[in-house]
Amino acid sequence: MAIEHADVLRAAHLARLGLDSDTEAAAYVDDLSRILEMVDRLRAIDTEGVAPLSHPLDATQRLRPDEVTETNQREAFQACAPETSDGLYLVPRVVE
Amino acid sequence: MHQMTLTELAKGIKAGDFSSRELTTSLLDRIERLDGDINSFITVTRDQALAAADAADQARARGDDRPLAGLPLAIKDIFCTRGIRTSCGSKMLDNFQAPYSATVVEKLEAAGMVSLGKTNMDEFAMGSSNESSYYGPVKNPWDLSAVPGGSSGGSAAAVAAGFAPAALGTDTGGSIRQPAAFCGITGLKPTYGRVSRYGMVAFASSLDQGGPMARSAADCALLLGAIAGHDLRDSTSVARVVPDYLAELDTPLAGLKIGLPKEYFGDGLDDEVEGAIREAIGTFESLGAKVCEVSLPHTHLAVPAYYVIAPAEASSNLSRYDGVRFGHRCDNPVDLEDLYKRSRAEGFGDEVKRRILIGTHTLSEGFFDAYYRKAQQVRRLIRQDFLDAFEEVDVLMGPAAPTPAFDLGAKKDPVSMYLQDIYTIAINLAGIPGISVPAGFAGKRPIGLQILGQHFAEGQLLNVAHQFQQATDWHRRHPSDQETT
Amino acid sequence: MQWETVIGLEVHVQLATQSKIFSGASTAFGAEPNTQACAIDLGLPGVLPVLNEGAVAMAVQFGLAINAEIPETSLFERKNYFYPDLPKGYQTSQMAQPIVGKGEVEILLDDDSRKRVRIHHAHLEEDAGKSLHEDFHGMTGVDLNRAGTPLLEIVSEPDMRSAREAVAYIRALHAIVTYLGISDGNMAEGSMRCDVNVSVRPKGQETFGTRAEIKNVNSFRFVERAIEFEVERQIELLEDGGKVVQETRLYDPDLDETRSMRTKEEANDYRYFPCPDLLPVMLDEAYIEHQRATLPELPSEKRDRFENTLGLSAYDAGVLSSTRPMAEYFEAVLAVCGDAKQAANWVQGELSAHLNRENIDIGNSPVTPEQLGELISRVLDDTINGKAAKQVFAALWNNEGTSADEIIDARGLKQVTDTGAIEAMIDQVIAESPVQVAQYREADEAKRGKMIGYFVGQVMKASRGTANPQQVNGLLKQKLDQA
Repeated sequence: MAIEHADVLRAAHLARLGLDSDTEAAAYVDDLSRILEMVDRLRAIDTEGVAPLSHPLDATQRLRPDEVTETNQREAFQACAPETSDGLYLVPRVVE
Repeated sequence: MHQMTLTELAKGIKAGDFSSRELTTSLLDRIERLDGDINSFITVTRDQALAAADAADQARARGDDRPLAGLPLAIKDIFCTRGIRTSCGSKMLDNFQAPYSATVVEKLEAAGMVSLGKTNMDEFAMGSSNESSYYGPVKNPWDLSAVPGGSSGGSAAAVAAGFAPAALGTDTGGSIRQPAAFCGITGLKPTYGRVSRYGMVAFASSLDQGGPMARSAADCALLLGAIAGHDLRDSTSVARVVPDYLAELDTPLAGLKIGLPKEYFGDGLDDEVEGAIREAIGTFESLGAKVCEVSLPHTHLAVPAYYVIAPAEASSNLSRYDGVRFGHRCDNPVDLEDLYKRSRAEGFGDEVKRRILIGTHTLSEGFFDAYYRKAQQVRRLIRQDFLDAFEEVDVLMGPAAPTPAFDLGAKKDPVSMYLQDIYTIAINLAGIPGISVPAGFAGKRPIGLQILGQHFAEGQLLNVAHQFQQATDWHRRHPSDQETT
Repeated sequence: MQWETVIGLEVHVQLATQSKIFSGASTAFGAEPNTQACAIDLGLPGVLPVLNEGAVAMAVQFGLAINAEIPETSLFERKNYFYPDLPKGYQTSQMAQPIVGKGEVEILLDDDSRKRVRIHHAHLEEDAGKSLHEDFHGMTGVDLNRAGTPLLEIVSEPDMRSAREAVAYIRALHAIVTYLGISDGNMAEGSMRCDVNVSVRPKGQETFGTRAEIKNVNSFRFVERAIEFEVERQIELLEDGGKVVQETRLYDPDLDETRSMRTKEEANDYRYFPCPDLLPVMLDEAYIEHQRATLPELPSEKRDRFENTLGLSAYDAGVLSSTRPMAEYFEAVLAVCGDAKQAANWVQGELSAHLNRENIDIGNSPVTPEQLGELISRVLDDTINGKAAKQVFAALWNNEGTSADEIIDARGLKQVTDTGAIEAMIDQVIAESPVQVAQYREADEAKRGKMIGYFVGQVMKASRGTANPQQVNGLLKQKLDQA
């Protein structure tokens, strides 16, 4: 399946990746087309009836007891934050 | 001292030939003197290393006999280290200091090991040449015009260059084994779930696995024993007893059944590499092993399946880098959208962006079944190939990479770079363990033999690799190093 | 044209676990911003989720309570989108294989009839944080304390046909989750949040109309009003020849209207895929049976028992089983006094009136069920009459005594049943009211019936309310009619 310019712009928007220019987008169209062409080899094989495999081991989820084990570490966590005020992370105003 | 194995260094410290501080100082000095050319470290933690060395020496004086205490190692900059920058090779995390350490780092600290610093890597572990690092490429200590492989290129180069006797790496599609092969060292990717992923920055969660890189299989056994085990903080880590890997090393190989996957010896395999691998197989035969050809019929689909699954997981895993709670944030965002888009555009490099875009595209509406679901079905077929093969043979052997280390800048096209991992990638999809051991040279550049085993057969792989290293000396070769000899 | 309303609901219930669904951080409400957001909740690099057994148990209990199938395997998936209160850039949720399958909830309609609402499924997911839009130097503040709180999202089929039915459905869910103790059900604090899907269609038409989704409606009253507004809006639109657009709308309680949310997201594409950090959740028969054994009697079971075994009216049974504290209070009163009808009358009458007047939850009632039960017993054994009982209740409410008996003794409220004593009082009243007696005796039977009230009142007054009213009535009639 070919990838179009619009597909790249759409993926870039969904992934919130800014593209500087049309040239940059065009370069990605080029790269991604070649990658998907390679990926398209998958289509050659019939996988009818094969169950998808998400994890390499057939293991199941372990459950954790419902206990509070964490303490307040806000100061340490916010030491690496770009912008905070009164314990809140700040972002440009969100309009609802 | 810089060419000794962990096992030898441990003996030296125990015998009092040198202290941990002397050893650590000598390595730190060597890094300072020589790493400018190689660029294997992003961060060297001299002060913390010396403090840890002193602590180990003092503990030893009080009778501490932990086998790893006082031994130095280097840590790939993908493992979180409390209070020390963890960059993951990215501008995005250039200013990030985790307030916690990865489980494996905690385990090594508890064993008394001394971290020399954090090694260079492809950005977010995405690459096979270490050229995608924000901190610049790493050079291969055997030939400065060659790449060290990737993504654990810094760790491999640091061990090969005599900066550290061992290092931690991670392997999502070959990122331990391929750089180990390119740099002439021994690197083990454990079974998925054998080693905790907690605190290891995620690339592709269902494929990522941390493991040891060192100068011998015995050293890898020593380190694996220290880092393996169930971690309550990682749902995908496996509750299974960690065997004594050292105890298995000396098992004789007589009667061992070795399978050679015919797909690993086909078109695209470099002649010199093939020659070295065939010679290594001959060595195993002389040790009493039986060799036969096997088939892994879906091998040609491994790279395509991987380049759907890994980017899909990565596109989601890397969404947390949004400039809000940590990491790079653009200057003066005009609104939220601008904050996201510019922070991520500036913080990520090209290869990371390519993979985020591929992963986002293949997961999106209308494409999911054709790509993601299909790739997961193929993943099952690939795993089944290995399960079937292990019905016939004990281990599989082949080259770790189709060529020796290539020149820096040689692979501009992403697809040709991806195809570098043709022999390593299926192993991650199947979740089985694999080890790369030095097995010869093409000119100055090392060649790696890859040995694959069943799930949780690390002990057997280390045993097989160790026996090979008892019979050969490829792993004892070191890059010529005029300045220090 | 006659229109029919079609409503389906997605109700998010915050589960009452101690810790978060994937981390060991506390879920307590009202902490200082970001003091209960740990590395996992913040989505810091390298950290990993581990599933909380408490959340799983609560989801299974809910499933069993609505007779749902509990699949052996369920899966967590990632729902990918960017928002400041969503730290990882994805919400860990369930889509293809939820933990609770198809079930049904019985609701009680206004005419006391019952209806079954089908549940499509219920799934576990993590809550997001909160964006605070007060002015922080022109910026929005993000508090991630709530991020990672376990939610059970309960998705109904479009089975409701009016706003009242939708409210009855939410009440039924509220009763179930609070009976189970899996949620505090506190809607004001956001413990239950509803997304309402509303459409209309001409009566008799099979196919559904285009629906609008009203997001995040947080009280019973607002659900009703939001639906009523939306139904009216859609009908008006259609009757004017317009079309309903499938969209997300917000209910504004101040203006009492719904309005379209600006669609910044031209088209959401959440790119669901299995979360690679979590493994399939497998629940075996033994685990499910263990959870079944912990289930309390459920609201619909209680309602049936109150109606069929205790002989209460359908209405009383419905009200008394509507919340667990109400039912527990009623049953505790009943245990002491032994008379279900009296207990029901007192709990719904005098007690509820006092609670409503002072806006107190029944769980915090100043009159304990034991006190009320004893008080009712004193009425039943004729120790006091109904009038005195109200005085005793008021005294208990105001904490002027610790038990009904104590108050009855202290205030001399014991009912006078001695015929001689009552006759003496009657004679006195008759002697002091010659005019009224004369009028009475001249009146016909019908008028007499009304006029006797005056004499009863006088006698009760003379007894300070302690005379047995039935006896007073009977004796008065005898004496007045004698002449």
